[in-house]
Amino acid sequence: MAKQQKEMFEKPVKGTLAYARAVSTRKAAAVFLAPVILLLVIFMVYPIIDTFVTSGYRWNGISADKQWLGFFNAGSNWNELIHDDNFWHAFRNNIIVMVFSILLQMPIGMLLATFLDAGGKKLNIFKTIWFFPYLMSSTAIAFLFTYALATNDGLITAAATLIRGKRTAIDLLGRSPHALFTVIGVMAWQFAPFYMVYFIAGYSGIDESLYEAAVIDGATRGQYIRRVALPLLKPTIKAACTMSLIGSLKYFDLIWNMTQGGPGVTSELMATYMYKQSFKNFKMGYGSAVAAGMFILITLIALLFNRIFESKEDY
Amino acid sequence: MADEYRKARIKKNIVWTIAFFFAIIWLLVAFIPFLFMILNSLRGQGDMLQHGVFTLPQPFIFSNYPAIMKQGFMGYFMRSVIVVAISLTILLFATACASYPLSRMRFRLRLPLRALIVAMMSVPMHVTLIPIFKMANKVGIYDSIWALIGPYVAFGLPLATFILSSFMEQTIPKEVEEAAEIDGCGRYAMFFRIIFPLSKAGLSTLAIYNGVHMWNEFAFANTLTQSKAAKTLPLALSAFKGENTINTPLILAVLTLSVLPMIILFLIFQDKLVKGMMAGAVKG
Repeated sequence: MAKQQKEMFEKPVKGTLAYARAVSTRKAAAVFLAPVILLLVIFMVYPIIDTFVTSGYRWNGISADKQWLGFFNAGSNWNELIHDDNFWHAFRNNIIVMVFSILLQMPIGMLLATFLDAGGKKLNIFKTIWFFPYLMSSTAIAFLFTYALATNDGLITAAATLIRGKRTAIDLLGRSPHALFTVIGVMAWQFAPFYMVYFIAGYSGIDESLYEAAVIDGATRGQYIRRVALPLLKPTIKAACTMSLIGSLKYFDLIWNMTQGGPGVTSELMATYMYKQSFKNFKMGYGSAVAAGMFILITLIALLFNRIFESKEDY
Repeated sequence: MADEYRKARIKKNIVWTIAFFFAIIWLLVAFIPFLFMILNSLRGQGDMLQHGVFTLPQPFIFSNYPAIMKQGFMGYFMRSVIVVAISLTILLFATACASYPLSRMRFRLRLPLRALIVAMMSVPMHVTLIPIFKMANKVGIYDSIWALIGPYVAFGLPLATFILSSFMEQTIPKEVEEAAEIDGCGRYAMFFRIIFPLSKAGLSTLAIYNGVHMWNEFAFANTLTQSKAAKTLPLALSAFKGENTINTPLILAVLTLSVLPMIILFLIFQDKLVKGMMAGAVKG
């Protein structure tokens, strides 16, 4: 997404009108950009640096007494992090969530958008209701689904009991591999609407005359979608994939409210692990190391994907 | 020829029937949880224990709603309204200010700066959580709604700037700007009289997405507030859960009232949902 383009500048000569103009442009740009830059520095850049600094200490977050541990020597937080099986397990879970989120959310979003684009305005009622899940908070969704999936009288268990004719308890949250995939399913339910709208926006950006031209050439709607629309939507799909990828690597709310990473560490994600270490075990130094590690891993993966996507475009 | 035409028609009808079938299934998937939530908020606790959750409430009761009002629901609600209103105003104004030079002015740092701001989209909030917690403590706004505004604005900025600067670039014609300039319009007047008003569609899209996001935000709120008098709606849920462990219908009433304003606003502004997104989506 952050593709670097080069802009050509002719360097204005000092004393000319063009030079005065360039100076005043620079000044105006600085004034307009100041609030955003200030906010980002205070609430993102400085905290990131501070997290890296804190990750060198042993600190419980409350007392003034902090003990410097260093960064890479034995006994430091970073050393512990690299050998922490729970963290790498959480990272693995994040990768699973990432892969399945893209595999679920993108196709669902695309199918919904294609249906709405092909059907036009009269299908608006579908769009409205399909968007509802996105309006709900993760805490509310977590509660609702925990309840609906409960083994005593939840929806799934009741449905299974009805089908089999005898009491059948289906425990989608209690047992280890299920819990993570259940949450992935709920995430798809929550986020598919966002990508639906994003793809609708992509579709509406395509010139209407292209469809007309395709129809005149004898193409059906299906052929138009496959041969004309989808190739044109490539950048949109790429951006959506990147968003979903980043989103699932830093995901927190739903898991925290549904399973707290459990049972055991089976549905632990990097973010829930960080939160547990920092605000439940009060190991702020170690929590900072987890957060910083998470930041590094996410940045690396995002860069890697950008590279892969970009090289794919050169043919 | 006619035969082929009829065949194509039949095929088209079959495809649409299948598509409708799946569309309706997804409609149910999206809507049933809401139905479940609303219906069950209208029954008594005993009724639920006796009849389960799949029958209609017998009888329908509305007393859960006054009950949650009595337990301080409006407090949570008003705090959420205040936080979202202030944060959203700052976010939209700051985004519009930044998007103007990033999309329309020519200066050397334009593209690198834009790329940097967009790249911040991938910053996980957890990497800032402990320092922001420390900052809030130091400034003395820990455990109040004021601690939430800064992070809410900052974490909305990267995506908002990306979408709005693409929007300005593509929807406001250069000629409008040139004409205004010839008429003696300076840069600052240009922003307030021309660029800002013409960005309304993009801004409303951003307002919907960021508004929903802030209204539902959990992690910062959970970390930066502690007492009942400072908590926002997403935290009300666990507070109510603590006070009414088994009374599920009551908690579902809390959930219903928390999403209701979002649904109403969405129904009013839903036509703005796509327009502002278009510029951001096409470019990728």
